[in-house]
Amino acid sequence: MIQVKIAVCIKQVPGTTEIKINPETNTLIREGVENIINPFDSYAIEEAVRLKERFNDENIEVTALSMGPPQSIEILKEAISVGADSAVLLSDRAFAGADTWATASTLAKGIRKIGDCRLIILGKQTLDGDTGQVGPELAQKMKIPFLGYVSCITELDKNKMRVKRLMEDRYETFEINLPIAISVVKDINVPRVPSLRGKMKAKNAVIPVWGAKEIEADEKEVGLSGSYTKVVKIFAPQIKHETKIIEGAIEEKVEELHKILKELNVL
Amino acid sequence: MEIKVDKKTCTGCGICKKACLYDAIDIIDGKAVINENCIFCGACIDVCRFNSIRISGIDEEEKDFSGYSGVCVYLEANGSTLSDVGFELVSEGRKLADKLGAGLSALAVGSSIKESAVEAFDYGLDKLYLADSPVFSNNVDDVFSKILVQVIARYRPDIFLAGATWFGRTLIPKVAAILRTGLTADCTGLEIDEEKKILLQTRPTFGGSILATIITRNARPQMATVRPHVMEKKKITGSTKNYEDKIEYIEIERSRFKTGYNLIGVDRELNEKINITDYNVIVSGGRGLGGGEKFSMLEELASLLGGVVGASRAAVDSGWISYPHQVGQTGKTVNPKIYIACGISGAIQHLAGMQTSDIIIAINKDPDASIFKVANYGIVGDLFEVVPVLIKRIKNGKPLI
Repeated sequence: MIQVKIAVCIKQVPGTTEIKINPETNTLIREGVENIINPFDSYAIEEAVRLKERFNDENIEVTALSMGPPQSIEILKEAISVGADSAVLLSDRAFAGADTWATASTLAKGIRKIGDCRLIILGKQTLDGDTGQVGPELAQKMKIPFLGYVSCITELDKNKMRVKRLMEDRYETFEINLPIAISVVKDINVPRVPSLRGKMKAKNAVIPVWGAKEIEADEKEVGLSGSYTKVVKIFAPQIKHETKIIEGAIEEKVEELHKILKELNVL
Repeated sequence: MEIKVDKKTCTGCGICKKACLYDAIDIIDGKAVINENCIFCGACIDVCRFNSIRISGIDEEEKDFSGYSGVCVYLEANGSTLSDVGFELVSEGRKLADKLGAGLSALAVGSSIKESAVEAFDYGLDKLYLADSPVFSNNVDDVFSKILVQVIARYRPDIFLAGATWFGRTLIPKVAAILRTGLTADCTGLEIDEEKKILLQTRPTFGGSILATIITRNARPQMATVRPHVMEKKKITGSTKNYEDKIEYIEIERSRFKTGYNLIGVDRELNEKINITDYNVIVSGGRGLGGGEKFSMLEELASLLGGVVGASRAAVDSGWISYPHQVGQTGKTVNPKIYIACGISGAIQHLAGMQTSDIIIAINKDPDASIFKVANYGIVGDLFEVVPVLIKRIKNGKPLI
């Protein structure tokens, strides 16, 4: 019996491809943007569910957790549809405007309220904020270790786990004690699509919504008030160059390309 | 905290609604109404022509930060040599320190790194904190965070910069959390607000489609991780060779640095060139390649150019090449001198990982492929024609025409 309660932190993000800034008005164009589950978080949920299946253990319990506006309930239902046992939404006006630190503080309080979570799994970063900071900050807030970029969990028992993590140029294998927070990379698994049964379960699931009061958070610790950083300006990147299309027959194209590479000193 | 629209001055023009990224504004009865999606980002306030929107209740108490001064840079070690990004940050830190009229220090942590670390003096360093001990031979977060916190807490820099390497991006948040200060991830631009003497930290967000400038409020140091290869590494002429008295050796009490992370083994994939972020030239292949065996052609071109092979997500997901080669938002962010994209259409997630490369060359059959929008040079054509002819041209050394 492994008896590990797993919390998976997920976030709802806008599908980024459509987000652009109108260069004339400096305003954001958000037509056709739909909200999706942060793709990196899908690997986190999948891995938690796979651990449960791999050890065929009823005592591994997976809770998906998200901080966000009320409509984030959609991605929590999605998490249940692919195998999470339960889900909790942390939602309160007081949480708005949070930077990574205030987000980590809020999630930490939520995880404490869930109680006894020995393993916390996150995606490597979010698609919108792109920082990858919430995981390590959350772990520090909870006074537990953090290990990033996990690409394989080879062993797990009640008190420790063995994992492989991917760095830029190497894989490192660690043995580490629980409780711990980890972030996972895309290499770790291929997320499943929900089954019909899963979808039914999600449809009927009752997802509690906890605000600042329920998680016993001081308003000063969360949201914009609890943030150490603040966005002061948002703008569109300048596109600096024009594209030169190399024309001609294949020999002419290659000859020109060769000349360019020579000028760039790589030949 | 509250955000309010002044109903008297609001004209219901809807500019704020368009500016809102979070769908938090509705126009009801000809007036803007802010709903619960609002995250208080302030984008609406900036665009409102009638000054009708206000945020109130943000606790901006003035704190005294006079005990903090100067810029400190983290020199990250990779074995006994230091990563380039550290030196890039010394050059950048010099500029920032000069604007503040303050000193520039660096903290090097590693094992047998002194020889490599003193090179930082060539880039304008005033003071080096050297934590050189075998306890730092493996990059483990809890061991390194202890020494960083120790040095930052003692010397109190106003600004602390580190490379946004994979290690830096997990280590530095831990350090910032222990110090209880803000941290801006993966910056591509740093400036000093001359009036307020604070650090303006600019970073790409939403996959690089938007840039955001961020400040650290009510805490110090102002901490940022900075993307490698973005800042220019520049030697200072006439820098001192008498650096010995500018080095502060940090005493290492070994028992303090015990770790709960038990490193069992390191697998470097048999020296395969996978740290693609280290190379000046990257030749990347995408869906257009059609198969894993075709990567050998790109490898040949890459090695002729002294580079390495990268890949798009499509190529990695098809199992043609391993994940460490993946460029893009789900893979690595690269900024080589030359990026050659072969058969890559240029999905925004791919562009997010490579669009800051100095020179981008795209080879693609489809003239409308988005990769051409970010490319400096484009060849519309079949990569199976272009690449082999180019390889032949380089090898033969004879002009084709």
